[in-house]
Amino acid sequence: MKPLSALVCGTLFGAGLTVAGMTDPARVIGFLDVLGEFDPTLVVVMATALCVSLPAFQWTKRHARPLLDVRFFLPERTRIDRDLVIGSSLFGIGWGIAGLCPGPAIAGIASGSIEIIGFVVAMAVGMTIRSLSYRSQPDHHECKT
Amino acid sequence: MVEIAWTEAVAGGAMIGAAAAAFFRVNGRIAGVSGIFGDIFLDRGQGQSAWRAAFIVGIVIGCLIVRVVHPASARIELQTGWAGMVIAGLLVGFGTRMGCGCTSGHGICGIARISPRSIAATLIFMLSAIATAVLIHRLGVLR
Repeated sequence: MKPLSALVCGTLFGAGLTVAGMTDPARVIGFLDVLGEFDPTLVVVMATALCVSLPAFQWTKRHARPLLDVRFFLPERTRIDRDLVIGSSLFGIGWGIAGLCPGPAIAGIASGSIEIIGFVVAMAVGMTIRSLSYRSQPDHHECKT
Repeated sequence: MVEIAWTEAVAGGAMIGAAAAAFFRVNGRIAGVSGIFGDIFLDRGQGQSAWRAAFIVGIVIGCLIVRVVHPASARIELQTGWAGMVIAGLLVGFGTRMGCGCTSGHGICGIARISPRSIAATLIFMLSAIATAVLIHRLGVLR
C-alpha cells in the first residue's frame, strides 16, 4: 500500500508542477532573474501550494500516526547549522544557473530532453560525492528522519 | 512584467500542496524530492526503495499525463548549454544533500510544518538562486 500511495502522490505532484509551468526553466529563470522581464508565476505557485499544505500539515500533526505507518518521519536535525547554510547556498547557485530544481528536473524527464536527463545524472553524481564522506559510518545518514 | 497564467499557476500549486499534504497524512513522510531520489541509491535502508522509486516514477508519469492532455504546459526552454547543465546538476545534487532538502522538502513541506530550519533554508536558496540568475542571465557574468 505504501508504494501505491507514493505513486499516486508522486503523480499528483508531477502533474501539479507541470500544470503550473514549473517544468519550464524559462519561467523559473524569469522569476529568479528579478532585474529582467519579471515572471511572478513561481511565487504564486508556491504561495498556493502553501495555502493547501500549511493547514493540512498542522491538522495532520494532531494525529498520533499516519494512516499507513507506525510513526511520522521528520528530520532529526532542527538547528540552522553550517551544512544547511552552505548546502542551500550551493543548491541555489545550481538552481540559478539552469532554472531547474530536483522536482521539475525529474518531471522533465517526461519530455525526453537529453539535456535534462544529463542534469538529473549530474545531480545524482553530486549527491553521491556529498554522501561519500558518510559512507565509512554504516548506519549514518546525514539527513536522518 | 510577464503575465501570469493564473488558472494554471493556482491549479498546479494546489495540486502540489495537496500531494505533499496527502503524502504526509498517509505515508507519514516529507515529500522532499531531492531526499527521496537520492536515498534510492544512497540509503541502503531496509525495504524503503519501493515507495521511493514509486514516488519518483509518479512524478515523471504525472508530467507525462499533463503534457499529453494539456500541451500548453509542455513547453521546456532550456536556459543554459551542456556545460551549465552539468555544473548546475552537480551543485544541485551536492547542495541539496548537504542542506538536507530542496524546494519541495524545505519550501513546501518544511514551511508547512513551520520549521525554522526549513524557513531559513528556503530563504537562503532563494536569495542564492536570485543572485546567481541575475549575475549569469542578466549581467552575463561567466557566460
